[in-house]
Formats: sequence, C-alpha cells, structure tokens
Amino acid sequence: MITTPYGHTVYGMAAEYPSAAALYEAAKRVRDAGFRRWDVYSPFPIHGMDEAMGLGKSWLSGWVLFGGISGFLTAALIEFGPSSILYPLDVNGKPTNFFTVPAFFPIMFELTVLFAAFSAFFAWQIMNRLPRWNHPLFNWEGISRVTNDGFFLAIEARDPRFTENGVYQLLEQTGGQHITIVHED
Amino acid sequence: MDGAPAAAQEVQEAERRIAHVPLVLNRRNFDWLTERISGVIEQPAPRWWWVIFAITASAATFGLFCIGYQISTGVGTWGNQIPVGWAWDITNFVFWIGIGHAGTLISAILFLLRQKWRTSINRSAEAMTLFAVICAAIFPGIHVGRFWMAWYMAPIPNNWGIWQNFRSALMWDVFAVSTYFTVSVLFWYTGLVPDLATLRDRATTRIRKFLFGIFALGWRGSNRHWRHYEMAYLLLAGLSTPLVLSVHSVVSFDFASTLVPTWHTTIFPPYFVAGAIFGGFAMVLTLLLPARAIFKLQDVITPQHVDKMAKIILLTGSFVGYAYTMEFFIAWYSGDHYERFAFWNRIFGPYWWYWWFGMLFCNVVSPQLFWFRWCRHNVLVVFFVCMCVNAGMWFERFIIIAGGLVRDFLPSSWRVYHPTWVDIWTYIGTIGIFTSLFLLFIRFLPMIAMSEVKTATPEADPHYGEAPEIESVSSGGKERTR
Repeated sequence: MITTPYGHTVYGMAAEYPSAAALYEAAKRVRDAGFRRWDVYSPFPIHGMDEAMGLGKSWLSGWVLFGGISGFLTAALIEFGPSSILYPLDVNGKPTNFFTVPAFFPIMFELTVLFAAFSAFFAWQIMNRLPRWNHPLFNWEGISRVTNDGFFLAIEARDPRFTENGVYQLLEQTGGQHITIVHED
Repeated sequence: MDGAPAAAQEVQEAERRIAHVPLVLNRRNFDWLTERISGVIEQPAPRWWWVIFAITASAATFGLFCIGYQISTGVGTWGNQIPVGWAWDITNFVFWIGIGHAGTLISAILFLLRQKWRTSINRSAEAMTLFAVICAAIFPGIHVGRFWMAWYMAPIPNNWGIWQNFRSALMWDVFAVSTYFTVSVLFWYTGLVPDLATLRDRATTRIRKFLFGIFALGWRGSNRHWRHYEMAYLLLAGLSTPLVLSVHSVVSFDFASTLVPTWHTTIFPPYFVAGAIFGGFAMVLTLLLPARAIFKLQDVITPQHVDKMAKIILLTGSFVGYAYTMEFFIAWYSGDHYERFAFWNRIFGPYWWYWWFGMLFCNVVSPQLFWFRWCRHNVLVVFFVCMCVNAGMWFERFIIIAGGLVRDFLPSSWRVYHPTWVDIWTYIGTIGIFTSLFLLFIRFLPMIAMSEVKTATPEADPHYGEAPEIESVSSGGKERTR
C-alpha cells in the first residue's frame, strides 16, 4: 500500500489525453508494458479499445442465454401446468392435448425475451460492480470531464508493476497531460 | 508496387464520390454537443413550454376524469353497442401501440444495421415509445368494463382456481404488450445511464446532483464498463428486434383469430407491423421537427435525418398501400360472399369517407410525395405528410375494427356506431397524456443521446488524424483505406 507524505492512501496515477486517438495509442502502450490493473475513461465507447487494452469478448452474453432459457422454461411451466394439468379449459370443445402447443409459442417467445432482457440489464450492472456511487477517481476533480469531452487513463497502485516514477514516465511518454496522483480517500 | 499510386488515386476518387454528408454538421465538437443538449434542460422552462403544458395537462386531466366516469358508470358511457363491441377504445389501443414501434425500430433494428444516424433520434423516439405504450395500455384495461378485475389477466392463482386461457390471442396480447413495455424501459434506461452521468457532473444544484447521481449509478465512463455495457446494449437491441415484429403481430392476432370478415386474414401480422412503423415514424417526425427548430438542434438532427425518415415513411407507406390492395384482391378472389360484401361496405358503406380520406389519401397517396427530394427536404411538406399519416393511421384502425363489425352476418342487427363525448374526450385525454409526458421528458432528460451521438463524429474514431494509408489495394481487400 502506497501512501502520500500526508497519510492518504494512493489509489493510482491518472492522466488526461487530448483525443480518443491519443488515448487509444496510449492504451496500447500501457497494455504492452504489462500492466493489469488499469483502465481508460472516455465519454463514449471507443471502437477497438477492448483490443487496445487487451480485453477479450464480454461474456455477459452467457447470462443473457441463461436468462432466455429460464424465461422459456418459465413460460412452458405456466402454460403446460395450468392448461394441461391443473385446469384444462374447454373452450367450444377445442382440444387441450399436447398438439395444441403452437398456441403456447407466443407466450414462450415473450417470456424468453423478457427474462433475457432482464438478465442483460442486471448483468451489465453486476459485472461492472454498479451501482457504486463512491469511487476514488471521483476524488480527482479533473475527471468530471470524462462525461463531456475528456479522455483519461488511470493505473492503479495495486498493480504489481506500479512504481511512482515508472508510471509517471510511461504516462508522460504516451502523451498524458495533467498527470496526477489520485487518493483513495 | 508500381500500381499503388494510381490505385490510391482511384480509391480516393471512389471514396469522394460515396462520401457521406456528416451526421453532425458544422464540425461541432464534443463539448458543443454536451452544452447544447444539456442546455435544453438546464435553462429555465421557456414560456411556450408552460403554455403548451397547461393545455396538454388540462386535456390529460379531463381524459382521466372521463376514464374515472367510465369506470364508475360503465361501458354504456361509450357508444359501443352490438354489433360494434370494439370501437374507439380498441382503435386507440392499436393506434398508440403502433406509434411505439418506430422507437423500437430506431433503437434496435437500426442499431443492428449500424445506421449511425439513429443516434440523433433514438432517445426521443424511445421515450415516445414508452409514452405511447402507456396511453395504449389504458384502453384494454378499461374496455373490459370491470377495471378492478383486470388482475385476472395475470397468471397468478385466484380463489376460484380458474386459470387463464393461454391459447387465447387476448392472453398473448397481455404478455406481448407488457413484455414490450418492460423491455423498452430497460433498454431506454440502459441508454440513459451515461447521459445521466453527464448531467450529474454538470449539475449545479444539490437536488440535481443527488437525483442524477442516484440514477447515473456511479457511471464513470470506464472502458471495462463500456465493454459489458456495449454487449448488453447489443443484446438488448437483438432481443428488441423480434419484439418489434412480434408485438403488433400479436395485436393483429386479436383480430385475425376471429371469424369476422375483413379481420380473418393471414396478411394481418406483416400489414400491422408495416403500418405501425409507418405511423410511428410520422409521430417521431411530428415531435422532432418542432423540437429541433425550437432548441436549435439542426446541426444534430440534420436534413439528412429527416430525409432518411421520410424515405422509411415512403417505404412502409407503400407496404401499407400494397396490403390494402391485396386485401381487396383476396376478398374478390376468395369468392366469399361475406368477405366481398365487407370490403364493398368499406368503400361505399357508412364509413366511406374514412376510407377515401383516411386510408386512401392520407396513408397511400400523401407519402408518395416523398419520392421527390424537394419534398423530403421541405420541412413544411414533411410535417404536412406526417400529420396526414397520424390521422390516416387512426382512421385505418377504426375502419378495420368498427368497419368490420358494423354490418355483420345478420342484417337485422346492423347498427352504425356513433362516439359519445366520453369516447372523444378519453381519446383527446390520451393525446394530452402523451404530449404532457413528452414535454416533461424534454424538460428533465436529454432528448438526444449525447454519448451515442458523439460516436457519430469523426473525432470519435481512434484513427482520426492519421494520414490515410493504403492497405492491400492490389489484393482487393475490403479494408482499402483507414
């Protein structure tokens, strides 16, 4: 754990970059330098940034598949259960046997979509550890421009390769401006 | 490589010819976009806003009074009478739910098709979807007469042990509409989170900072977050895409699965979906044309956007015109006496002018103006056509629903439907609810997706500013230049 002379715990070191293109190039350099605990911050998703950071595909889709399957099974349960077993409704003498299953498809489809959408919605928050209203980065006032037109890169002090001088030099060499130590508290 | 310089020139020439007009005009930068779009909601409400809101909120209030009167007194306050058991109520339901479809098409299908121009219009179109579905959902609830029994539609055990009929098209409709609304809310909110963070960071008052802060979920634009977020957004778009096509299909099953002539047709699902997108785009333009002029957003919602939406209206309007024609042809070709009579009745019966004016002129003829570039670029013409389509699509639903019932199999029970004041004011009330909600939306939330529209600018490209280099031209690769 790194602390400042004033006793603050250090979260990491952050820098601002002038453009999306500059941030993209910087990210490739930081990736190649072998850092693990770092991130870039931008007002919008930058195309190709995942590769530039060395991140793979997001497996959020697995949760959505799981949600979709559970939605389908739920629909099958609430349809076959009451309509075939608990309370087969005789409507104008129409059959209630298994061959009426096409009439169940619309609700199966709807619940598949509904459950899959809910899993996508909750998965992106849970996988991102959101909501989290307090974060060390918010201690740096400069980063508020990230939701407007600012592009930032931060390397955490937890990273095994983190050294104050080494990270400072790397950020400076990649064109980072306003290089700052960000406090944990 | 000897051929490289020549090839480079050739490529540049081709690029120049197919060069697209930029989606954000006048080379506006990120900060300008944030300022202009957030500025709409950060300045005090202009006077016209209060005037219009007072009018629409009054209409909404009176509409709610009519709904209360109808619930407490009974469906007899409406003009519905056998044989016309469904009239303005279900017409309004289909009308509003159809309007919603444009929003989902813009947010989902155009996203999958990588139509970047959608970024300027998707937020307000999605909001429009939600408000339209809210208006739509009122009618099936109250038209059953015993509104307090509406919970019977939910598949939960009740004290009589009676279950829903899951084989009924009406039950499908309950699931389709509620799923549609829920998924639209999730999709809309997911898209809003980065913009709420923008508003949080710009907030000057404590209350704004607190509320936007809560709803922004602590978003900080991290790329590790964007990665999952983009995947979720893509999958929500993928899930919404079949939903757009299914909701109005299921609505049309309510009709197509009956034996009423003009309803009992297989063409209904695609016909309804095309009509829904047609009417929805007209409503998007009806709302956005004034908004872009008032808030000076012409650099973001450019003539190109209006032009593209007009083309979609032309396309879907032509689908609708084709479906109308095909309905008549099949009625004749089927040889079915009742079917032929019902369609004859459509054009020469009690609602003849609804057909000639609403369906023929408004829905089929007026969009044909959009074949001409001049018309697509003249805001007044576009607005006129959109108003025609708004009206025409309501008439179309009324003709299909009431026009199909008014002269049924037994001539002795023929009876023309006339709306009562409660019918009329309930409908006007939902227009009031819709516009009031939209006015509140443009006051309190960003009407353009800032984080998305920024990606449509050239500066968002990570390779922006690099000299265009020629890659694998000779091998005929798709990646010609960067």
